[in-house]
Order: sequence, then C-alpha cells, then structure tokens
Amino acid sequence: MNKIIQKTQLSEEVFKIKVQAPLIARERLPGQFIILQLNGEFGERIPLTIADADPQEGTITLIFQTVGRTTHLLSALNPGDTIAHLVGPLGRPTHIEKFGTVVCVGGGIGVAPMYPIVQGMKSAGNKVIVILGARSKDLIIMEEEMKALADEIIICTDDGSYGRKDLVTAPLKEICSRVPKPDLAVAIGPPVMMKFCAETTRPFAVKTLVSLNTIMVDGTGMCGGCRVSVGNETKFVCVDGPEFDGHLVDFDNMIKRLRSYKKHEDSAHEQCHLDLEIRRKLEAGQ
Amino acid sequence: MSHHPINDLACGAKKILGEIMNKGAALKPKDRLAIPPQEMPSQHPDERKKNMNEVALGYTPEQARLEALRCLQCKNAPCVEGCPVRIDISSFVKAIAQGDNQLAIDIIKHNSLLPAVCGRVCPQEVQCQATCTVGKSLKDVNQAVSIGRLERFVADWERENGKVNRPEVKPETGKKVAVIGSGPASITVAADVRREGHSVTMFEAFHKPGGVMIYGIPEFRLPKKIVQLEIDTLVNMGVTLKTDFVVGRTRKLMDLMAKDGFDAIFIGTGAGLPKFMNIEGENLVGVFSANEYLTRSNLMRAYDFKKAHTPIFPSRKVAVLGGGNVAMDAARTAVRLGADEVHLIYRRTEVEMPARVEEVAHAKEEGVVFHILQNAKRIIGDVYGCVKAMECLKYELGEPDDSGRRRPVVIKGSEFIIELDTVIVAIGNESNPLIKQTTPDLNTNKWGNIITDENCKTSIEGIYAGGDIVLGAATVILAMGQGRIAAKSINEYLARKGA
Repeated sequence: MNKIIQKTQLSEEVFKIKVQAPLIARERLPGQFIILQLNGEFGERIPLTIADADPQEGTITLIFQTVGRTTHLLSALNPGDTIAHLVGPLGRPTHIEKFGTVVCVGGGIGVAPMYPIVQGMKSAGNKVIVILGARSKDLIIMEEEMKALADEIIICTDDGSYGRKDLVTAPLKEICSRVPKPDLAVAIGPPVMMKFCAETTRPFAVKTLVSLNTIMVDGTGMCGGCRVSVGNETKFVCVDGPEFDGHLVDFDNMIKRLRSYKKHEDSAHEQCHLDLEIRRKLEAGQ
Repeated sequence: MSHHPINDLACGAKKILGEIMNKGAALKPKDRLAIPPQEMPSQHPDERKKNMNEVALGYTPEQARLEALRCLQCKNAPCVEGCPVRIDISSFVKAIAQGDNQLAIDIIKHNSLLPAVCGRVCPQEVQCQATCTVGKSLKDVNQAVSIGRLERFVADWERENGKVNRPEVKPETGKKVAVIGSGPASITVAADVRREGHSVTMFEAFHKPGGVMIYGIPEFRLPKKIVQLEIDTLVNMGVTLKTDFVVGRTRKLMDLMAKDGFDAIFIGTGAGLPKFMNIEGENLVGVFSANEYLTRSNLMRAYDFKKAHTPIFPSRKVAVLGGGNVAMDAARTAVRLGADEVHLIYRRTEVEMPARVEEVAHAKEEGVVFHILQNAKRIIGDVYGCVKAMECLKYELGEPDDSGRRRPVVIKGSEFIIELDTVIVAIGNESNPLIKQTTPDLNTNKWGNIITDENCKTSIEGIYAGGDIVLGAATVILAMGQGRIAAKSINEYLARKGA
C-alpha cells in the first residue's frame, strides 16, 4: 500500500505522483482530499488534493508544489518508495448536477483538484468553460487533460509567457458578462485568487464555489485547526467543506490563519533545502 | 502544599508498616483510621515543568500496603456502588493489604480491562472514593482510601513484573466484527468479542491507535507505553488493526456489512468535535481548541522541537478556558512548552470544576494561575489578526442549574482585559459528525449522539455503539463500561445469528 509507482516533475516546484491506494481510489469523488505523513513518529500530517484516480488500477494521482518541509521530502521520493501514511478520501464531495454552464477557474496547482470536478461536471451534461492561470508558462499544468474535456479553455499567465497576459479574474469577468451568464463558477487556487474570483462574480450573482486548503491536523473534525468563517458562522473545512460558497467566506481571516506557523515553516523550509542539497552532494559523490 | 521526595515517603511508610507488623495483633477500625493517608510520590514541580515524563511516580510497595490497611472492609462496600464498572474494591484492597498483588489484579481485571489507565485517569473522588467510609469518618473525601492509586499500583506491578498474560481466545467462530475507533470503549469491545473467538478488525482514523488516550491525554499524566501495551495485547489476541482508515469516508459504514462481510459493528468514535464559545475573535491566530493544541503536542510530538515536523504555537502568555481535565492538560502542556504565564479561566468555582482534584493541585504547583468566576467575553486581535488580549467578565454563583451545580451569573459592568498571545478553548466536545453524515439510517439525537438502547444497540440491526459518541464527552471508565455492555450484546447477537 501507498507505494509510489510513477513520478513526473511538471515544473521546477511542481511534481505529479501516482500512488497505489486502492481503498481511496475506490471511494474518492471529485472535491475530496487526502492527508499524508512521511514518518509516523515525527512527520507532520499535510492535506493534499486528489488530481485523479483509477479504481481499476487502484491508484490515485497527487500533484503538489514544494512549499514546505513535507512536500520537499515527498518530492525526493521515487517510484518504488512508500508513503508511510495516507488517509482518505476526506471532505465532502463536490455537489455535481446539471447546472447548465459551469466556469471552472484553476490557479497554479489548484488546477489539479479542479480536474476531477471538470470531469464530473462534464459527465453530468454541463457546458464547461475552463480558465487556467499561473505565474508563467512552465507553471501551467494539465493543459492537455483539460483541453480534452472543456468546451472552451482560456489560459492566462502573469508574465504573458503563455496565453493571455492577465489575471484569471479578467476572463472570468468577461464570461460572467455574457448572456446568458454562467450558472455556476468554481474557483480553486491560492486564497487571494479565490477571494478575487468571488469578488468578480459577486456583482453578477453567479454562485461561486471555492475549495479551501487550510491548516489541518487530523482531517476528521477533531482538532478544529481548519476552521473558517463562512457567512459569520464557524465551519470546519475538513468535515463541512472543503467547498464553500465563495461569496460568504472570510478570506482575509483565512489568509491570516494560514500564516499561523509562518516563522516555523520558513526555517523548516530553509533547513530542508540545506538537507536536500547535502543529500544530493553525497549521492553525487558516491 | 510542600513537596515530599519519594525517598521520604517510602521511609515513612516502611517505618509505620514495620510497627504495625511487629504488633502482630489484628487492626481495629480505630487503628486503621489512625494510619496516615499515603501521599502519591511525584516529580518535583520545578523539575517536571521542564519535562514530559509522568508526574505521579506511583506508590512504593510499603505505601501501597499501608494505604490498603486503611480500608475498613465495610460489609456493604459503598465504594463498589461508586464504581461505574462495579470492581470488587474491598476484596482487591484486602489482597494488597495481605501482600497478594496477583490476587488483587485478578480481582480488578474481572471487571475492568484497563486498570493501569483508569487508576491514573478516573475521577475517583467523585466515584469510588466519594462514598468511602474512611473519608466520611475523617470528614474529608481527600482522606478516603486512595483506591485509584492502589489500582494503579497493582496494574503497574503486573506490567513491570512481566505478568500480563494474553487472555484466552476461544476457537474461531468464523464471524467477523468491525470495531470503529481505538479508544477505551473500542479496546474493551475488541478484547471481549475476540475472546469469544470472533474475528475482530479495529479501524482507526489516525496513524496510531489509542484514541483520546494517545492524542488527548498527555504523557505526563498517562505514559503512552501503557496504552501501547493494551493495543499490543489485542494484536497478540489476533485482533487486526487498520490505521489510516476513516469509516464513513474510506469505507461507508453500511458497506462494511453489505460488501465486506462484517456480521456486526461497534461504533466507538468518541466525542471528537471541539466546542467553541461563539464569541468575537475566536478565529484569530493564536486561538486553538484544546484538541488541536494537545494533539500537536501528544500525537504529533510537537513538544520535541528538534525532531518533530509539526509546529506548535510559541506562546508566552496563555489563557485556557474551561475547568475540566482537558483544560488542566492544556494548561500544563503550555507550561512545559515554555510559556511565561498560563492562566486558567473558569466561570464557576473550584468546587464545581470537573477536573480531578489531583490535576488541579498539580496544575497549581506548576504555576498555572487560576481565575475562578470569570469568563471570556471577546478576544481582541492586533493588525495582523493575532491574539493581543481578551476581555473577560466576572461572575457570581446563583441558583443551581440542571446539572445541580450553581449557575454562574454575570456581574454587570465587571469587564476587564488581560493581555495574551494564546487562547486555548477547553469547554468540551460534541459528537463527531462523520459517520452520521454518511449513514442516514443511523438514529442520532439533536446533539448528534448515536441513540442506543440499554444494551448499546443502535437503530440498525447488528450495529452497536458506546462511549462518548453515545454519552457525550465523558470518562475512560464510562466508555470502558459501555464497551463491556456492547461486547456482551454483540456476542449474544452473533450466538443467536449463528444458531
């Protein structure tokens, strides 16, 4: 169980791995996530979204960016290695039905969890418009997979190295201005992006789902570390979410809470780079 | 209270025990009442504030015998009435007084599966020791026979002398039982059902089994190796343990029966959903549920700053809201993690505190500052969204409420502010919603607790439940007691089904 069977580096910081996890592959639905831990004694538990799954093969696909210690260590694992602990699928699945036209906005690695949602929305008979955004061309992921599904696809980069030189909110606004307007928007990406997507759709009254990736320990409702304010009510991302009405989420509070352990994370990150560097040098020396 | 080193306590006990033995004559009740209550040896507060090791060190053999000799062996044994699982207390205490520790532990194990745990964490002063005649005669419940410490003594004696035996398991019946959760209720069910020869699979959501005894109760109060031994015993009995498995998500509850061939299920998922106060500022950075704070420290080992990857908030000035054992655990953990000031804020008085008397005493010895008849009104943040201070209100006690405790009433205009960087909310837990969310046919009450009959049977045939998911947040001993009842029901159900 939990053996890595395939690994692809998508960009400098983004990796895709296929992991044997037959129970999760069997049960998972769009919108759900897993928690993994690389060492049962001292490792930390981190939530990652599921990019794809193959129940026949018994595998799930994870796409992650190396942002902290655990994701760095994970990126150093290779096919044949095992992830010590993998639990899921967690969170409530996306509510999928035939809405009409659904616009799906994925930013950075937020495109990964968007993929199963696009699959689901498409097979429910929706017209799906996909907007992909990233800082630059090499950070755009899953373009081919999305193209194969989407009725329309728009790509934006911050630096204009690929597609439109725009933030994702610009095409989102244009699509909302169309007649008829889209029936639903789904935005997944960095918190700031989701916040501004929600602000973009608000004047058009287009219902907007966002998928939140907060700090979590257990992922089953026990710790409350993931709590967010939604419509002035406290909700737990792990058991009430991860998807919420973007027009009701207090993003500013969520962004601050995400920085709770910033100092610790920064120093761990730095240490991790040093460790990996030493390891690489040692391996090269041998 | 001044601290007495273990050697002084041991010498004192040895001397008195020697004098009693030399007399040779049978002890009269008057003599027994004259024996000084034996103090629990403990690490010095200045020392233990800097480590995570167990605070209470356990009685020496002489202390245990002497404490046991204080028991009057009442015919009606009121202590047994006070015990939720009806341990034959006077008999096991008598066995210790006679120096027969093996007999003592055998008697306890007849009713309780987790004596090393319960001896440490049971609220004895409101259970067996509340009704003790010695305490009543001396007009002080704290001078009752220390039944819990004696229970712990013989349980530790058994473990440390390698006398823990694998319980007998009857020949395989071919029946399969799923046990969901691995806390005290589930451990009890797994053991009692496995003994009958049924195959048992225990499912745990976390990467380590033990439930609240692992993630919640700190090492300094309940060493993890004691819980691990109970789990090891189950595995030796042939119980299959599946960690990283969330029933309701990794597999739906009903699928365990319909698709995976389980004949019966026990749900012991506990009360894992922290309550918050619903006050302003509760989502600021630096506000934690006690569950989160304790899980980071206990399960994720965040106290080991060098080795652990899981961070814990670097607090200087901490307020803990609540008066139960979890509040004490959180406050004392904050002390050990290096906070300069730890304040415990409770809206009633110390008499109403649900925490064990010993934990309250230990917390005070370790420098936790108690603020009774106070409560948080709102938490105040700085420009970065971090906790800066808390506004509190003062209370006075009014008429008794539904719980029989006097209701705290706000004193108008009593607002005051204390500066803080951390607030830990320890006001209890609600039932975990995961199984309910994914099992529509399972009847629950308005608080989300699973509804069962007196035999722990739920609204679905073959499915039983017990512990905090039924009772609401309670104690290890009550969970264990429910586990016993549920296991009996499951064994009877499977016997009927097989016939």
